[in-house]
Amino acid sequence: MATEHADNAQQVLTPSGYIEHHLSFNAQPMTDGAGFWTLHVDTFVMSVALGLLVMGLVWLVARKATSGVPSKGQAFVELVFGFIDDQVKNIFHGNRHSFIAPTALTVFLWVFAMNSMDFLPVDWVAGIVSFFGGEHAKWRAVPTSDINTTFALALSVWILMIFFSIKVKGLGGWVHELFCSPFGSKVWVWPANFLFNLIEYVSKPLSHSLRLFGNMYAGEVIFLLLGLWAATGVSGTIFGAILGAGWSIFHILIVALQAFIFMMLTVVYLAMAHESH
Amino acid sequence: MNINFTLIAQAIAFAVLIWFTVKFVWPPLLNAIETRQKEIADGLAAAHEGRSALEVAAKKSEFTLNEAKQKASEIIGQAEKRGSQIVEEAKGNAKVEGERILAGAKAEIDQEVNRAKEGLRSQVSALAIAGAEKILRKEIDAKAHSEMLSKLAAEL
Repeated sequence: MATEHADNAQQVLTPSGYIEHHLSFNAQPMTDGAGFWTLHVDTFVMSVALGLLVMGLVWLVARKATSGVPSKGQAFVELVFGFIDDQVKNIFHGNRHSFIAPTALTVFLWVFAMNSMDFLPVDWVAGIVSFFGGEHAKWRAVPTSDINTTFALALSVWILMIFFSIKVKGLGGWVHELFCSPFGSKVWVWPANFLFNLIEYVSKPLSHSLRLFGNMYAGEVIFLLLGLWAATGVSGTIFGAILGAGWSIFHILIVALQAFIFMMLTVVYLAMAHESH
Repeated sequence: MNINFTLIAQAIAFAVLIWFTVKFVWPPLLNAIETRQKEIADGLAAAHEGRSALEVAAKKSEFTLNEAKQKASEIIGQAEKRGSQIVEEAKGNAKVEGERILAGAKAEIDQEVNRAKEGLRSQVSALAIAGAEKILRKEIDAKAHSEMLSKLAAEL
């Protein structure tokens, strides 16, 4: 979905116009040339707001955390805390409290919150935005259905992965591992080792980010198709509503599961970076 | 799919969120939970300790009770023995005292008898002398024969 098209927006409501409108970002060029220097304001504002909201709520509880009888809010936060901490403990055997476990908590809660935006009815979001920004203002509410978000997270994890690899094994150890694992340190297997590691380093961030993006994007498209159906008449509205409710309920699972998978992969990649072969 | 500056903006937002969590969210929660875990562990240990202390105390009190019972029965036994001893002693004392009193009475009786005998003897001698005097009045000079007469009286 090229954003350039969205600017000559359709005046008439057509199915393709509807879908295109909902799948277009609120892209603002930062320089005259645009191209790479474009910011998806909707993605950025939604993700930062959600990040501040969800981590802020946890912070408000954590700030007053007591070791005595916990309040209901604290009990809930501790439930999430314990869940994440257990997962990390099983995968990573080191000082997890200094970085990896808090990172896992951040990833899980933030991605979960961003995924949850899928539950907002797409046309309500469009309605609110067009009320403030005109009929053709575009706003995508789900930051994780923007490849930029998932890539940003995956690449950040990728950089952390390389950082921890070098930090734990030293630069020499890391390079040694690039050439000497997994097939052994004989000179004639160096190319195979390096190729293997190269593919691994490329595939990790790709699979990490595209899995989340694909799930959330597909979920959004299905909501759009159901919304499209609802526009065709009374029966379409009824069935669209029923199926939309069904898909929403199923989507609760996907939203939580994808956030969990993203968090687990983050922890696994960072834990692998700490292990020497 | 267009990759653009949003990616960098999101990465920065991600980094800030991680920093925030590492710095401000995780440590107080961890601290609270670990402190509580320690408190619970301590409490359980204290409860366990208290239970074993209770057991020891129960055993000790039972032991003390038994000891006290034993001592009490010992004391009672001693007291009984002492009581019967005192009764025996009293009986012995009474017997001795009775015998003593009896002996005293006997001695007194003997003494009385002796005294009566003495009195009778001196009265008989006086009577004999008086009789002899009456018979011999005229012939015997009291002065001349007094020595012989008192000799006679002593012999009676």
